[in-house]
Amino acid sequence: MRRYFGRKLLIYIITFILAVTVDWAIPRFMPGNPVEILIARAGLKAESAKLIYSYYMKAFGLNVPIWRQYLNFWIALFHGDLGVSLWLFPQPVMKIIKQAVPYDILLLLPAILLSWLAGNKFGAYAARSKWLDNTISPLAYILQATPYMWLGMLLAWLCGVRLHLLPFSGAYSNAMMPSFSWSFVWSLLQHWILPFASLFIVQFGGWAIGMRNMIIYELEADYSHYLEALGAPRKLVRSYAFHNALLPQITGLALQLGAIVGGALATEIVFSYPGIGFLILQAIQNHDYFLLQGSCLFIIIGVLLANFLIDLAYVLVDPRTRVGMQGEG
Amino acid sequence: MAQPRKQNEALYFMRRNAKLQIGVAFVFLFIILALVGPLLTKYQPRDYVAPGAQPPSSEFWFGTTSFGEDVFTQFVYGLRSTFLVGIVGGGLGTLIGILIGFTAGYRGGIVDEILNMLTNVVLVVPSLVVLLIVAAYLEVRGLVFESVYIALFSWPWAARAIRAQTFSLRSRDFVDLGRLSGMKPLKIIFTEIAPNMMSYLLLTFILQFGGAILTAATLDFIGLGPTEGMSLGLMMNNATTYSAIMLHMWWWFIPPGLAITAIVGSLYITNVGLDEVFNPKLRET
Repeated sequence: MRRYFGRKLLIYIITFILAVTVDWAIPRFMPGNPVEILIARAGLKAESAKLIYSYYMKAFGLNVPIWRQYLNFWIALFHGDLGVSLWLFPQPVMKIIKQAVPYDILLLLPAILLSWLAGNKFGAYAARSKWLDNTISPLAYILQATPYMWLGMLLAWLCGVRLHLLPFSGAYSNAMMPSFSWSFVWSLLQHWILPFASLFIVQFGGWAIGMRNMIIYELEADYSHYLEALGAPRKLVRSYAFHNALLPQITGLALQLGAIVGGALATEIVFSYPGIGFLILQAIQNHDYFLLQGSCLFIIIGVLLANFLIDLAYVLVDPRTRVGMQGEG
Repeated sequence: MAQPRKQNEALYFMRRNAKLQIGVAFVFLFIILALVGPLLTKYQPRDYVAPGAQPPSSEFWFGTTSFGEDVFTQFVYGLRSTFLVGIVGGGLGTLIGILIGFTAGYRGGIVDEILNMLTNVVLVVPSLVVLLIVAAYLEVRGLVFESVYIALFSWPWAARAIRAQTFSLRSRDFVDLGRLSGMKPLKIIFTEIAPNMMSYLLLTFILQFGGAILTAATLDFIGLGPTEGMSLGLMMNNATTYSAIMLHMWWWFIPPGLAITAIVGSLYITNVGLDEVFNPKLRET
C-alpha cells in the first residue's frame, strides 16, 4: 500500500511541477516580448498602457536572471498570487477564480458522480439483454460521440428558445442579486438544469457502454462459468461480475476527468455559465493571459487532486492494493 | 498456410456484421462528402453570397449565416479539416503510442519504468487545458500544427494498452525462438509481435482518430483552433458568438455538430464491429 501511494504521489508531484513549468515557460520562450504583445493585443489607451506595461514588466520580473524568475513564480504561486487580471483590471486573478469555482463545483460534481452511478447501473442492466442491447447501446455510442457543446446548443435551443421551458443563459436571473432566499435558489436551480443535463447525458453514454462491455467480459471469465456450473442463481453471478467490472470503471473515471473538464468548459461557454470555462473564454477574447494561465493552472491542480481522491477510493474498493499485490502502476 | 485461412475467417465475419457495415458506410459517406462537397459549391467559406440569416432553400442548401455566408460551403470545407485532423492527429497519436508501447513492453526494466512514468504523467494532465495555454500564445496556428499537438497529448492510453499486450506476447514461445535464433529486437517486434496485434492496432487508430476530432472540435469551439480556414468547431463557435440559438437559426449550428457526432459515433460503432470480428468471445450471444 505504501508502495502504491508512493508511486502515485511521485507521478502527481512530477506532473504538477511540469505543468507549472510549462505554464511559466510558454509566455517567456515564445518569440517577442510577452508584455509588449499583451499590451498591443489588448488595445489600451496610451496612459493606461504605460501603467500596465510597468506593472507587467515587474510582474513577469523580466529584468532578473531566468532562474530567479522561475523561483519567484513558484514563491508567488504558493502565496496564491496568480497576477492581476487585465480584463477586470485592478482585481487579482485569484479573486476572480474564487468567485467562479463554486459554480464549477455545483455543475461538475453532481454531473460526474450521478452520470457515473447511473451509467454503470444501466450498462450492467443492458448487458446481455437482447432488446435493450440492440436499442439503447447504439444510442449510447452516439451519445458518447456527441460534442458537449453541441448537445448543449441543442438543449438550449429546444428547451430554452422553442419551448420556453427553462432559462439557458447565466447562473441565475439577471434581475437578482445572490442571496439565500428561496426565489434565488429556485432561479439558480432552473439555470442549472440545462448545463447539468448536457454534461450528464454525454457522460452517461460513455459509462453505460464501458460497463456493458466489462460485464460481458466478466461473464465470460472462468469464475462466472464456474459459478454457473455450480448452479448459482443468475443474479448472484451478475452481482459478482458487476463488482469486478466496477474497478476498471473507477480507473476510467480518473482517466476521463481531463476530457470531462474540457467538455464542461465548452458547456459553460454555451450557457454563459459563470464558471472557469466562461472565464477562459473571456480571458481569450480580452487577451487576458494572466487570467487564462491562472484558470488553466487552477484546473490542472483540481484534476490532479481529484485523481488523488479517486486513488484513495480505489484502495477502499480493491483489497489487492492494500496488501501490496497491486500490479497496476 | 495458416495465414490465408485466418484472413478468410475475418472476412466472413465482416460480411455478417451489421455494426461494422453501418459504421463503415457512414464514415465513407462523409469522406465522399468531404472530397466532393467543395466541388459542388462555387463559393469560398467566407464569401458574402446573399443577404444574411436565410433558412435552407434550393439555392442555399443549409441556409446562410448572419453575415450572408453559405453554411453548406462552410460545412464541406469544415468536413475536410475534420478528417485531416483525424488522420494526422489520430495517426501520429497511434504512432507515438506504438513506439512507446513496444519499447516499454519489449525492453522492460529501467526503460519500461521511465516510459511508464512518462505515460502516467501525460495521462493525468488535462490535455485540453495545456493545449489552451499553448494555443493562446501562438499568433498563427495551422491545422497540421493543431493535429500534431493534439497527438502529443493523446497517445498515453494507447501506449499503455500496447505495452500491456506486448508484455504478454514477449514471453511466448515463438518470440523466444526468434530471440534464440539471433533475430534483432526490432525485427522480432515487427515480424513476430506486431502481426499478432494488428487488429488491436487498427482499433487503437480508430479510437485515436475519433478522439482527435472531438478534441479539435472543442478547441476550435473555444476559439483557439487554426487561425486560417474553416472547421466544424469554428462554425459552432461563430453560431454561439453571434447568438444563432436566440435568433432561431438552427441551420447554422445543427449541421456541424451533427456531422461530428455522426462521424465519431460511426467510428465507435465500426470499432465495436471490428472487435466482434476479431475477438471470437464477443461474436455471438
